[in-house]
Amino acid sequence: MRRRRALWFWVFVGPFAAGLALFTYVPLLWSVALSFFDAHNTVTPTHFVGLDNYTAMLRDDAFVGSLRTFLVFTAFIVPATYVFSLALALMVNRVRRARAFFRSVFFLPAACSYVVAALVWKMSIFNGVRFGLANTVLGWFGGDPVAWLSITDPPWYWLVIVTVRLWLQAGFYMILFLAGLQRIDPVLYEAAAVDGARPGWTVLRHITLPQLRATSVAVVLLLVINAFQAFDEFYNLLSDARGYPPYARPPLVYLYYTALGQGQNLGLGSAGAVILALVIAVVTVGQARWLRLGRTDADG
Amino acid sequence: MDDALVRAGRALRVVLLIVLSLLFLIPFYLLVRNGLSSEQDITSPRWTFFPGELRWGNVRELFDDPSVPFARSLLNSALIAVATTVGTLLPASLAGYGLARIPYRHANKVFYGILGTLLVPAAVTFVPSFVLVSSLGWISTLRGLIVPTLFSAFACFVFRQYFLGFPRELEDAAQVDGLGYWRTYWLVVVPGARPVFAAVGTIVFLGAWNSFLWPLVIGQDQSAWTVQVALSSFTTSQVVRLHELFVAAVMSVLPLLLVFLCFQRWIVAGVERSGID
Repeated sequence: MRRRRALWFWVFVGPFAAGLALFTYVPLLWSVALSFFDAHNTVTPTHFVGLDNYTAMLRDDAFVGSLRTFLVFTAFIVPATYVFSLALALMVNRVRRARAFFRSVFFLPAACSYVVAALVWKMSIFNGVRFGLANTVLGWFGGDPVAWLSITDPPWYWLVIVTVRLWLQAGFYMILFLAGLQRIDPVLYEAAAVDGARPGWTVLRHITLPQLRATSVAVVLLLVINAFQAFDEFYNLLSDARGYPPYARPPLVYLYYTALGQGQNLGLGSAGAVILALVIAVVTVGQARWLRLGRTDADG
Repeated sequence: MDDALVRAGRALRVVLLIVLSLLFLIPFYLLVRNGLSSEQDITSPRWTFFPGELRWGNVRELFDDPSVPFARSLLNSALIAVATTVGTLLPASLAGYGLARIPYRHANKVFYGILGTLLVPAAVTFVPSFVLVSSLGWISTLRGLIVPTLFSAFACFVFRQYFLGFPRELEDAAQVDGLGYWRTYWLVVVPGARPVFAAVGTIVFLGAWNSFLWPLVIGQDQSAWTVQVALSSFTTSQVVRLHELFVAAVMSVLPLLLVFLCFQRWIVAGVERSGID
């Protein structure tokens, strides 16, 4: 009986587990192996170089700079999206009429790709010449046109990068917060009202936020993981026929050009991917510990 | 006094919501406006909210332009999105059911092995995955674009959580009637679990249609371009025909907006369920 169950378990789980092993575990291990070789343009290298690729990457100012870019980006986008999507959820949750309409409008950008959004931002809103919407609006107030994506001092490109992502993902997190808000027992609010707590900041701080704790943990984790994967909007906003400018270059963009650009340096690219994967694993696990994710997500 | 304050607060909230929803809709408006404008209207220094004339002919011009394989890339995206959706749901739902319902000594170890891959975002493994796919000879093929993306730990996780909370009575009755795991799954569980299939399916479909990095890496020949790669190649090239570019972007968003409007209820349910807690 037990053996038959084991057999059926593998009938159900086997195909998925095998596919996951082949297309996730094998590439990971292969990547680790490649990172110790000099692998230009080849996936079966013969020249073992030990840790050379790693030291080269860690000494490479551009790569280390890309990690710094990522940190700056995360430091902006995670709190900004968190606060903005929570505010949207609180407002939509309490509006009386047309709640479904507002929810749909804020969620709608989720149907847009980063490529399309970057196109609208780059070619229509934040176009550096006179016909861009942002410069037109600036003009109404007597401002001079700004070359949003190409000047680095002040770094206006961050405004473009952060707003495009906010527009695309705030609605998604708003839905998560709305779901969390629905689960809060109304009795808690009634009790607070009886105790004389005025609706507003006090109730938000002492009831709503603590009750949203599990949702908040999930939201912050997802935001950080997504920020680590940033590629699409950076690539489409900033690269052109001449390549990618040296600023605002997140790690994935840098790895893309290193591994698949002209040099096809797969060994170096793999070393970078391993470093990045380690950083992500450490940050994610550390953050989960810090937020005590294990407590709410005990073995279901 | 208090009443007036509450009412003022409510009014302020509604005004704020209306302003924000206008801001959220403007990019969609710009997309359509530019897609139906002439090149001159788009680049005119005197920016106007409405274009001088609506040019529906832009759509035909886009499909007639031989330098851009746009129809082909639309077809590729459609094939990839449908195949990815079907191909993700099947193994992930089977695995989710097995993990949730079939008692097995090492089930937890297998589950953590699957969950652990969520720690390594797929985007980080694109270099080794590219290496693997190229050694299989799958570069610039639909196989190479589809198969490696099918095994989604996220989908498996959502199915497992859903089946854990699935009422057991029906399955027990089926077992009493002598149905094994396999027939119980197909005859009883799948029909009862349609909401989660629809929810995960739409999320996977949206993700497949909108994904960019993997198709960019694998789809090197024009014949294997997806819509996103085709659009991106316009924006990063020197010679851009802006009105064609924008009408192409509209064409790439339309199918998704349709899916979105038809399945919104499921998508919202699915997103809520993906909230991990």
